[in-house]
Amino acid sequence: MFSFCTDPSILPDWQWMACYLTTGKHMAFYVSFGTVLLLLAITAPVSLGFGFLGAMAARARLWPVRILGRAYIAVVRGVPDIAFFLFFVIALDQAFEWLRHKVLCPDWDQPIRQGNDFVVCAEAKLPLGTAPQWIHETYGFGLAVLTFAIVFGAFAANVIFGAMRTVPRAQMETAEAYGMTRRQSFWRILVPQMWVYALPGLSNLWMILIKATPLLFLLGVEDIVYWARELGGAKTPRFTDYPHPDWRMWYFLALLVFYLAFTKLSEIVLERLMQRLTHGQATMGGEAQRKAAA
Amino acid sequence: MKNLLTASAALALSAGLAFAAGHGQTVRLGTEGAYPPYNFINDAGEVDGFERELGDELCARAELTCEWVTNDWDSIIPNLVSGNYDAIIAGMSITDERDEVIDFTQNYTQPDPSAYLALAGTSPDLEGGVIAAQASTIQAAHVTGTGATLLEFATPDETIAAVRNGEADAVLADKAFLQPLAEENADLEFTGEDVLIGGGIGMGIRESDTELKEKFSAAIQSMKDDGSLNALIEKWLPGSATF
Repeated sequence: MFSFCTDPSILPDWQWMACYLTTGKHMAFYVSFGTVLLLLAITAPVSLGFGFLGAMAARARLWPVRILGRAYIAVVRGVPDIAFFLFFVIALDQAFEWLRHKVLCPDWDQPIRQGNDFVVCAEAKLPLGTAPQWIHETYGFGLAVLTFAIVFGAFAANVIFGAMRTVPRAQMETAEAYGMTRRQSFWRILVPQMWVYALPGLSNLWMILIKATPLLFLLGVEDIVYWARELGGAKTPRFTDYPHPDWRMWYFLALLVFYLAFTKLSEIVLERLMQRLTHGQATMGGEAQRKAAA
Repeated sequence: MKNLLTASAALALSAGLAFAAGHGQTVRLGTEGAYPPYNFINDAGEVDGFERELGDELCARAELTCEWVTNDWDSIIPNLVSGNYDAIIAGMSITDERDEVIDFTQNYTQPDPSAYLALAGTSPDLEGGVIAAQASTIQAAHVTGTGATLLEFATPDETIAAVRNGEADAVLADKAFLQPLAEENADLEFTGEDVLIGGGIGMGIRESDTELKEKFSAAIQSMKDDGSLNALIEKWLPGSATF
């Protein structure tokens, strides 16, 4: 990075540090912060969408849809995250490849399952075996987002389902009395009011999601915890220009600061959002706001 | 215009495929990247070490284009079997248990002794004490058989840290991995006898992928024949047996 970095072993401390913190490996560490933030930025709205659909399905009038929604919530919430990540992602990947295989290679005569192996024709591989590395990484990242969204979507669905039932019955009865259809009263009365009940639960989920990103490395996506562990481990002079003892404590301390700052920021934002949603609601918070304004 | 674009895209795609076919297929090599001197991440953030050099040379000889991928040790076999990469080259000893799930090429190192490393000046009870080892390794399996209490960790690095902070009495790992640590740290030293386990290190390949296995086995054989493999072993794994 800097011109004086050619022989780090003779550098004074601060220059050594400057060189050390700008190695290619550290750059990958800094980039992984971006990876994690991007993952959160995409996963949160997608899992909220899954949650909303799940909750809608769970309270549908049509019984097959209702069973489907409730089964989704119950099954995904019951399976440990790590098992889900090891099993489900691989199964999902294989399902995609199997579909592509059926379409793209109709005259393939060998079995797809050969013992432990899952073999599809080369054209059906996802991504293609010839694709450059960044496509593989993006695909892995996409799978990670989808899996996170399905897992957290189930929790969110449960929260939203509960919130929908908490909206005072009188509100819905009033809507019916005004002659609104079921659909109208759902979208105009129920949904706008339920967020205030859902938010505390959803904010918990958000906090858990922030801290669940180390699961990413199971999928081959290198996240901040992986790099902190890799960079912090003791290094002998034989394999690096920057030998150092076990520094994992310092790296994890940096992660601690990052996570604390990030959760603090989230809390501030969520608090504002709560203020907003409470406005004009028939809750204690809404009542307090009304009195303060009066 | 649109047709022209699609046509040229199709042409480029088929040309790309033809090029790939002519140049040999792309093979993705999965490694752990945390086990020097076999494989580790260097200062530039790239995979480096004995297996990096070996793998690149093998790919050149087999006329394959190779890409390196790092993966967690715990999920390294499942991800191979499901096709996320095509070969494991991660200091993986050939064992019967693993051979049931995947296939191995012929070995590219001799069976390497494993050794116990402990804090200097201590003489831990290797048969009844607490021994650290990386999870799902031959060393972990060996410790279970000795009557010692096994303490498993996900990465090799953590096993050493466990010895340093007194959580474990000693660590059992490949001697080539422990050697630099013992030489360069005054507070660590080898203890007890070396143990011979495993059948040498090979590349792990899917069982259905016999063609790739043959290619790599042939490349390894040619490196054994002209002595270049021995040169690599002497460079990266000094003290290990050569062919």
